[in-house]
Amino acid sequence: MQFDSLHDFLAMGGYALYVWLSFGVSLLALVWVVLDSASTHKKLLRNAREEQARQARIAAARKAQAVHSESQQTGS
Amino acid sequence: MWKWLHPYAKPERAYQLCVTLQPYFLWPGILCLVAGSIWGLAFAPQDYQQGDSFRIIYIHVPSAILSMSTYVAMAVAALVGTVWQWRTAFMAMIAMAPIGAVVTFIALFTGAAWGKPMWGTWWVWDARLTSELILLFLYLGVIALYGAFEDKQQAGKAAGVMALVGVVNVPIIHYSVEWWNTLHQGATISKFDKPSIAPEMLWPLLIALVGLALFIAAVTVMRMKNEIIRREYHRPWVKDLAARALGGDHAV
Repeated sequence: MQFDSLHDFLAMGGYALYVWLSFGVSLLALVWVVLDSASTHKKLLRNAREEQARQARIAAARKAQAVHSESQQTGS
Repeated sequence: MWKWLHPYAKPERAYQLCVTLQPYFLWPGILCLVAGSIWGLAFAPQDYQQGDSFRIIYIHVPSAILSMSTYVAMAVAALVGTVWQWRTAFMAMIAMAPIGAVVTFIALFTGAAWGKPMWGTWWVWDARLTSELILLFLYLGVIALYGAFEDKQQAGKAAGVMALVGVVNVPIIHYSVEWWNTLHQGATISKFDKPSIAPEMLWPLLIALVGLALFIAAVTVMRMKNEIIRREYHRPWVKDLAARALGGDHAV
């Protein structure tokens, strides 16, 4: 350990502002980029599921319509 | 010879590879970053001229070196995508751009916070600082250009050309301290010679360097996964993936 006390460590020999500013901003930037990647991942999966559910609904509706019009034709 | 590589051009396989690799990059990366920072901040000896302000080196130098390495890696991906028309290569390129930009920002920011107490100024328009700032703009340019195209194959081609052209900036950054008179000091460890730094200062620096490299790889892999999903969102395997990942959350 290069410092005698916690207070000395935090004071960084008078350069506390610059040292802690550097490490703090770097930490924030790195955490931000990870959180952004993770939240994008979730959002994309949710979008994919919604889109595929929508496509399934459209396909089902088309099929129902086709069956319906077919039964009408045979009925008349 | 290269045949084993071909399946990874298939998005689903590439995704699986990313999932496998991610923990091996992320956790050792974080561990090394924490270990290097604590060693550098608390246990490395003081610099005889700069006192404790030199401890900024433990993020400044790794981020500065890796901002360039990441750019080269991104340009290699762009080259592969352009020459062999690999979709996944362009995805790798755009996956690397944001973390590259963040690391470049960190190098610039910590450089400013180190320059203020040592040089008496946050910023000077000299060769090293300006060329590193241009590197940040290149990263942002690649991201913006890629985002400007609706068709992502077109986007990859356009942004790939920009990434490739920008490579010329990397040797300019590296040699700027030799080619021009600058406030910035010369190379300490990235040179073909014995590093001019005491071993007890060098070790934490190397650990932080390895840690940040692994961390960049982890973020790249995370974002690569996102790019693959973005392009493949209509495929059944993505549906299965979403069902597994989101579980019983049936919002639709």
